[in-house]
Amino acid sequence: MSSNNLFSRRTLLAGSGLALPALLGPRQAQAADTTIGFIYVGPKDDYGYNQAHAEAAALLKRMPGIKVVEEEKVAETADVERTMESMVQLDGAKLLFPTSFGYFDPYMLRQAAKYPRVQYRHCGGLWDRTKHPMNAGSYFGYIGMGQYLNGIVAAHATKTKKLGFVAAKPIPQVLINVNSFAMGARSVDPSITVQVIFTGEWSMPVKEAEATNSMADQGVDVVTCHVDGPKVVVETAERRGMFTCGYHADQSKLAPRGYLTGAEWNWIKVYEDFATKAKAGHAPGNFVRGGLAEGFVKMSPYGPAVSDAGKARAEAAKAEIMKGGFAVFRGGLKDNKGNVVVPVGKNYAETAIELESTSWLVEGVIGSTS
Amino acid sequence: MDAIGTVLVAMLGGALRVSTPFLFVSLGECLTERAGRINLGNEGVMVLGAMVAYATSYETGSPWLGVLAAAGAGLLLGGLHGAICGLAKVNDVAMGIAIMLAGTGIAFFFGKPYVQPSATLLPAIPFGFWSSSPQLKNALAVSPLFLLGLATAFAMAWMFRATRLGLRVRIVGESEDAARALGLPVNRTRFFATATGSALAGIGGAFLSLVYPASWNEGLSSGQGLMAVALVVFARWNPVHCITAALLFGAAGALGPSLQTVGITWGYYLFYAAPYVVTLAILIATVRPGRTLRGMPGELSIGR
Repeated sequence: MSSNNLFSRRTLLAGSGLALPALLGPRQAQAADTTIGFIYVGPKDDYGYNQAHAEAAALLKRMPGIKVVEEEKVAETADVERTMESMVQLDGAKLLFPTSFGYFDPYMLRQAAKYPRVQYRHCGGLWDRTKHPMNAGSYFGYIGMGQYLNGIVAAHATKTKKLGFVAAKPIPQVLINVNSFAMGARSVDPSITVQVIFTGEWSMPVKEAEATNSMADQGVDVVTCHVDGPKVVVETAERRGMFTCGYHADQSKLAPRGYLTGAEWNWIKVYEDFATKAKAGHAPGNFVRGGLAEGFVKMSPYGPAVSDAGKARAEAAKAEIMKGGFAVFRGGLKDNKGNVVVPVGKNYAETAIELESTSWLVEGVIGSTS
Repeated sequence: MDAIGTVLVAMLGGALRVSTPFLFVSLGECLTERAGRINLGNEGVMVLGAMVAYATSYETGSPWLGVLAAAGAGLLLGGLHGAICGLAKVNDVAMGIAIMLAGTGIAFFFGKPYVQPSATLLPAIPFGFWSSSPQLKNALAVSPLFLLGLATAFAMAWMFRATRLGLRVRIVGESEDAARALGLPVNRTRFFATATGSALAGIGGAFLSLVYPASWNEGLSSGQGLMAVALVVFARWNPVHCITAALLFGAAGALGPSLQTVGITWGYYLFYAAPYVVTLAILIATVRPGRTLRGMPGELSIGR
């Protein structure tokens, strides 16, 4: 039910608050503090995507001269435009982070055009210099390499050679993760398959539990996911005696026995840099990307079920990735329908722009994107 | 195991796992509607029940206490609906929506600190102990709440058929004038039917947070309480048929994920819609213009 968004606190405040400054003339600039707004699509303590951002926002609050305003559970509809508008008008925000995928186009782009003096940075969007306003931009972490390492560790833990991936929607970022997980696992043992199940929504607890259960029934013994809150998947897998690789944040507390490792965001790295720039009056970068090497992404500590061989192999791969330029998707790679998706002679490293419009699943993944 | 077997076992397991909340909430709705009132607030009651059950179980360590607390929360919220709808010129549907929003709002507000912790869950009864197949074992690990739901359905059917209390509820639901002529307290009967119905919906919510998917968060119910209204129509206001309706719904819901695991990967959005398509198809097949539904209580109307 998203009806609680009908009259959010902010909308009401905006309604009553907008009238007053209109009478009193232009609003006084806030003291020396730079206000930064964070917008989340779900609750900020979901053990997942939103929590990863909120944790970084909490750290940012401690920076002197920075004021953070937040709103959670904002739908990917006109709601987010209202929220952004009131953050700018009421809170005097100078820098906004709408963190969910669906906020970018058209909502954030429209707002950016409307308020050219405010900086908008979107998490995950594909900002384009030729098409989009200069006060907009995007940042994202190459977490795919984290899923690649997950895949290597998973390959050492599986006995049935069947891995599972509970995915929300077939968008590029999700598909890159599924593909990287499969590539990591199949770099250890090419006979391994990865079963992907799409639930169709970012947060659908019953479907996520059903997906995990039906994979367990099918003999899948290591599972990972890309949904907003991995709690249900991780807990269900633990109950079914499966191993899990985490995603977004550290879920090892939820599965003390079966948690192998996990790919986590480390957003504070990005936000600290952006906040420092905003405070100094400079515009933050428009297209900021980074992975394990840049510290945008980190791995959870290994769980008790990880073998020494698995650790050694994962650490070796990680060292390779940290050097930069490591390409998992190499020329001649085929998708699971047999089409060549990476042209011969080209290698896609994690930074390859082509990957940000991924629409295929690599060979070895069981599933389809439609 | 071959693909068809896998899908069937998954659907059996899905029916047993996913159906219980539908069963409780549709039984609750059935009771309320048989007394001549609609309660759309059960969605809110379910969410509140889920939160209260999870919080109570986490704080006390006793999941059964959580179930009890959820029923209590449902009783209160349903009682509020019942009491206010008893006033003159109050519209059931509008009030139900208000209760729904209030219930989810209260649950989200007080449930914030319980999104992260892991509460003690209700244990399942392993009816699959005889089988060597782990799939079947898991599918047949039945929650005691499911059995309680079955017992409630049969008890309610018996109550409607064979007891004085059941007869009173039915008269109140069939014809207010007849009930008044007999000297029955129409408003009080509806009040108790609504409150008890919501208590059942609260238990349905407790199942969501303490049994399956066994976690409290804000997307937990995603409209299951609202589907109850359709399920009751589907079950023709008969508590025993609520079981069939809930099982069918649960099985249809398990179809999407299990088809993907056996390699049928196209059109999963379509399969996820299966439960709703089934409902729609049955409603279309059974409703004819110019005729009221068989089994529909005479006093039931959305225009009041």
